[in-house]
Amino acid sequence: MNKTIALECRGITKTFGRVVANRNCDLDVYEGEILAILGENGSGKTTLMNMVAGIYFPDEGQIFVKGEEVVIASPRDAFAHKIGMIHQHFKLVDVFTACENIALGVEDKGRFKLAEVRKKVIEITQRYGFIIDPDKRVAEMSVSEKQTVEILKVLYRGADILILDEPTAVLTPQETEKLFAVLRRMREDGKSVIIITHKMHEVLSISDRVAVLRKGEHIGTVNTAETDASALTEMMMGVKVELNIQRSQPRDPQERLTVKNLTSVNPEGRPMLADVSFTAYSGEILGIAGIAGSGQRELLEAIAGLHSLTGGEITYVNPKDGHVENLRNKIPIQIRDLGVRLSFVPEDRLGMGLVGNMDIVDNMMLRSYSKGKGMFLHRKEPRDLAQTIIEDLQVVTPGASTPVRQLSGGNVQKVLVGREIAAAPSVLMAAYPVRGLDVNASYTIYNLLNRQKESGVAVIFVGEDLDVLMELCDRILVINAGRVTGIVDGRTAQKDEIGLLMTKSHDANETEAGEGA
Amino acid sequence: MLAFLVSAIRLGMTFLLGSTGETITEKSGHLNLGIPGVMCVGAACGCYAEYMYFTAVGSNIIPLLAVVIPLLAALLGGALMGLLFSFLTVTLRANQNVTGLAITTLGVGMSEYIIDEASTIFTKGSKYFTASLPFADDLGWFGELFLDYGVFVYLALIIAVSTTYVLNRTRVGLHLRAVGENPATADAAGINVSRYRYVATCVGCGIAGLGGLSFIMDYLNGNWEYCVDAIGWLAIALVIFTVWKPNLAIIGSIVFGALYVASSYIVGVSFAGKELFKMLPYIVTILVLVVTSMRSKKNQPPAALGLPYFREER
Repeated sequence: MNKTIALECRGITKTFGRVVANRNCDLDVYEGEILAILGENGSGKTTLMNMVAGIYFPDEGQIFVKGEEVVIASPRDAFAHKIGMIHQHFKLVDVFTACENIALGVEDKGRFKLAEVRKKVIEITQRYGFIIDPDKRVAEMSVSEKQTVEILKVLYRGADILILDEPTAVLTPQETEKLFAVLRRMREDGKSVIIITHKMHEVLSISDRVAVLRKGEHIGTVNTAETDASALTEMMMGVKVELNIQRSQPRDPQERLTVKNLTSVNPEGRPMLADVSFTAYSGEILGIAGIAGSGQRELLEAIAGLHSLTGGEITYVNPKDGHVENLRNKIPIQIRDLGVRLSFVPEDRLGMGLVGNMDIVDNMMLRSYSKGKGMFLHRKEPRDLAQTIIEDLQVVTPGASTPVRQLSGGNVQKVLVGREIAAAPSVLMAAYPVRGLDVNASYTIYNLLNRQKESGVAVIFVGEDLDVLMELCDRILVINAGRVTGIVDGRTAQKDEIGLLMTKSHDANETEAGEGA
Repeated sequence: MLAFLVSAIRLGMTFLLGSTGETITEKSGHLNLGIPGVMCVGAACGCYAEYMYFTAVGSNIIPLLAVVIPLLAALLGGALMGLLFSFLTVTLRANQNVTGLAITTLGVGMSEYIIDEASTIFTKGSKYFTASLPFADDLGWFGELFLDYGVFVYLALIIAVSTTYVLNRTRVGLHLRAVGENPATADAAGINVSRYRYVATCVGCGIAGLGGLSFIMDYLNGNWEYCVDAIGWLAIALVIFTVWKPNLAIIGSIVFGALYVASSYIVGVSFAGKELFKMLPYIVTILVLVVTSMRSKKNQPPAALGLPYFREER
């Protein structure tokens, strides 16, 4: 095929302080193709794309658009060359409507009229098959709607090269399919699409070619049709890795944590949890599946004592003495000391649990500062722990004394999850522990969770990737809009079945509950 | 009663200029606590310019110039303070709160220095600023309440109304709000965050500078008093009181003016009592702040207010 090159990067290098994000990277994208970029966390995928989009400026190297060398010093320059990026963390103004967000930064000639922006937006939505209300405020939108606005934003500016940074991380399988349909329509339209993703099956299903980065360097680009998952992983890692989860049968499951009829409302009075009941057993991984924001966070926080409830009961059986404790009467520190641990990885990773400006050792101490005698802190233990985590989980960092903020997202996460697991809990709640992690790091975490399970811990795992949930969990609880829509067996459940439960409406749920009774 | 209202409006317009200036600044994400200092410098520059003009021309005073020259001087003086603030916070990355307080201290001191060089009596100049429409006095209470004002009252109203229009109806306004709400988003959209912050702060401070001058020339009839900074703090409070809306600030400023001057119009209040009355605007502001943060999601400060923005920071 004789296609023209839309974008070409030559010898791009970028460093942040002592951390090298990209070294001598080459990359090219043709018109009318979808290129996937694959790489471990901290391999420099996002940084490389940020340089193309004008967020960062490369230290060395050249960028060519349609064969001509260009200097992209700001996002404005990127737009001028018809490059648009949809960031992993949405760049939208919450208090603005979809239209206002789309109009942002566009310097059309003539007077500013929102009505005209609106007309053009509707035109684009019809052309590519988006579904969106242009007058809805972003603050009231679902994650997938926000993503749609982001894509509309770059299309509105007439972008020919679209870069999507982990677009499917926050979508349900159904939403992902819709997004891919839109992307394919763009490819037919002659646009170039670059997609960063960690999900191997997505890479294989959507892309024409795959570019692989490892430790900031471009390893190679291959045609998707001529490769497979294990070959790609090998390129990514540099070594052959086994990608499977050893799921053992739960051994001697004991009732550990029982949740009955939990209800709660948010400050605006909207129900966040409605009548949630389940039991978690020791030596078992209970998965929680659901669209982002369906109440997973509230549920886990309620168990950890961080979220106030309007009703319901949480009982905990202490494995040491068999005592039954009511967790609703306890404060978070008491709950933690009982061995109920929560590691929540929020969208912004640093938001909960870690302090960005502190180094790894200090972040370890956030959990242990009250230990030890006297008024002085003991730094040896946390320092050892930090070192262990860096080695065991292969955290890419110049050292244990680097501020966490300077690590790449996935490495930040390893620190967070590693710390909670190190506390030897009896109930371990891990929410999105692999959010945005690369394949290898994800499997490290899965294996860690499995090891916890085998040692008799009741593990509650909130995940986004259904394939993983079905491979890892013994049972999967599906939650939608604060309601449990079903609990299925992880070994026999079908993906469609879970997908349907994730979007099942309240009415259907109530009818079924009625039938069951 | 009428005299009370007129007095409240005249003082209110000083607040209005100060708060409109601060609103423009805050919409860009700059929490400028230097407004009191900026208003002092604006007042001093305006007065000094008037003093220079009168000294230079002797008795050949052209009324229009006697108004325009101090206005421009106050605008320029304020804008320069804004430039200093932006330079420190945007270019040199200093903390906004600390910089703001430093600007206040600096501005108060500077204004005293400037005034010591000139004079503390500007009653002659004040006449030109307080000159009202000639027929206003003939229209009874209507004229007295609506038309019998000097140039500052109308200027403040025009600025407040046009600021509202620019913020809500133009592309520049949209971009400015985006910068204050989410600078990273604005930046990714190709908006020059630094430039918007610089310009908004300078324009805002220029307008606040006018407010300082209006306090001396209009409300105090040209008698310099060392308390312009007190007005500045109230102007900042007014921004919060009117939830970052310059059109609401028109009403709010009159309420503030009324609360501030009320003590002088209530008979039989002791000196201490008067000072208590002057606290009312602050108490009302605290109440409004509590109520707005508890209830509504819409009337919140710009989300990035007070936060620095550097593109490559992570």
